[in-house]
Amino acid sequence: MIDCQGLTKQYGTLRAVDNLTFKVAPGEVLGFLGPNGAGKTTTMRVIAGFLSPTSGRVSVCGHDVETDATAAKRCIGYLPEGAPSYPEMTPRSFLEFVAEVRGIPQTKRRQRLEEVFGLLHLESVLAQSIDTLSKGFRRRVGLAQAIVHDPQVLILDEPTDGLDPNQKHEVRELIRQMAKEKLIVISTHVLEEVDAVCSRAIIIAHGRILADNTPAGLEARSRFHNAVSIKLADPAKLVAARNAIDALDEVEKTELDAGTGRLTAFPAKGKLPLPVISALAEQRGWDLVELHLESGRLDEVFRTVTGGASA
Amino acid sequence: MSEVLAIFKRELSGYFATPVAYVFIVVFLLLSGWFTFFPGAFYESGQATLNSFFTFHPWLYLFLVPPLSMRLWAEERRSGSIELLMTLPLEIWHPVLGKYLAAWAFTGLALALTFPIWLTVNYLGDPDNGTILTAYIGSFLMAGGFLAVGECISALTKNQIIAFIVTIVVCLVLVLIGTPWVLGFFSGWVTPAITDAIASLSFYTHFNSISRGVIDLRDVVFFALVISAMLYANTIILSLTKTD
Repeated sequence: MIDCQGLTKQYGTLRAVDNLTFKVAPGEVLGFLGPNGAGKTTTMRVIAGFLSPTSGRVSVCGHDVETDATAAKRCIGYLPEGAPSYPEMTPRSFLEFVAEVRGIPQTKRRQRLEEVFGLLHLESVLAQSIDTLSKGFRRRVGLAQAIVHDPQVLILDEPTDGLDPNQKHEVRELIRQMAKEKLIVISTHVLEEVDAVCSRAIIIAHGRILADNTPAGLEARSRFHNAVSIKLADPAKLVAARNAIDALDEVEKTELDAGTGRLTAFPAKGKLPLPVISALAEQRGWDLVELHLESGRLDEVFRTVTGGASA
Repeated sequence: MSEVLAIFKRELSGYFATPVAYVFIVVFLLLSGWFTFFPGAFYESGQATLNSFFTFHPWLYLFLVPPLSMRLWAEERRSGSIELLMTLPLEIWHPVLGKYLAAWAFTGLALALTFPIWLTVNYLGDPDNGTILTAYIGSFLMAGGFLAVGECISALTKNQIIAFIVTIVVCLVLVLIGTPWVLGFFSGWVTPAITDAIASLSFYTHFNSISRGVIDLRDVVFFALVISAMLYANTIILSLTKTD
């Protein structure tokens, strides 16, 4: 359980995080979304106990991160941005060190480390020094370090950054597996990741929460939500088709992508144009090669909500 | 204390994972030997003592401790591993003490490896081994003082070069204010009480006093105080600036 009340962090004149209030419950996978410089990393650092907030209170598993820091840190696994570690160590010695500091009893340590190495497929690089590893392996060593003590709360700052698509898939799979019994907070600017693993997403920019919803709820805010895209086999019929669709009550307006020849019909408020459009196509013999119902586009919601903000 | 032990082990093995340990030990042994035989005139003095060996130790540490201490915290800051360390369930003093003890133990190892000079002097003559032992203890305490100063300065910056230079300067001052040249300069225009006060702040004075063969409680307390004060300051500095 993470309880964040009025969290504010000020650096000189810059307010990196501005009065953030939210709670996360076990079983949730919370995705922090935001442009670079939005305050994602700062927020995670405060929760993990690396930064002290300027004002506000944060507690993790009932322990205040400032007054009861060590107890809070004990129930957190944290992957810092960039997955720092000690480059001259091998993954094995590094994880043995973390396990020892984390107080995992010596009798269980070996078995637990083997489990973690297996989960993150580190077996092949255990005896190599970390500075000779690829970015993907370093990231996995960082993840291994975060889960070695089987924490209740996992804070992962850009866990899939720098991984190839297969490794990304594996890490997401791992997050999904762990999500059942843990509370996980990840930050990312890869929006597909939110769809893939998160049960909830918070969009922040300039240190403020701009949206807090499920990924589906966020998508519903997109103008593409319930929009229908079609593509005709015969482009000559396109103009007639567009006029016919424009005339429908269910359709607010249409847009044509000249490059792909794909016509997108945006729904009127609260309407579902798909059934009427597909009936119309059959009736007029448009010969569709593509008919697609859009669920909404997160990237578009993200841009609208953050107002193209970047820092 | 198990946390301190874990940090201690990691740090100490870290020295041997890179060439740092071997370069340090070799240079330490070569320099301490060279000082003893040439400027120290070990043979020519014709005395069965290790005075010519120990007398140069303040100068030896002055140049060999800063390269060892500069990386202790500056490197953690530069590489970002400080974020990892500070989010482990540790109190700040755990890594401060663990790193310090590892560096001190490592210096102690280098010092212990000078034992051939002790064998030599015992082979050539009949030295007072009690005096030699106290001088070794004094030298080890002085190394501990330098390291505590160096670790504290290293916590102030992420730049190892800055840590190195500032440590050399501070340590140089701590040595020089006890030397006859500096004290002679002061004695012309201040009262002897002030000269004594200045001298009593110097590593040089306290080390010389121990290396004459008498372990005076005041000298031991001096080094113990310097070390504890520096480690305490180190903890405060880190708790205030860990994220910079």
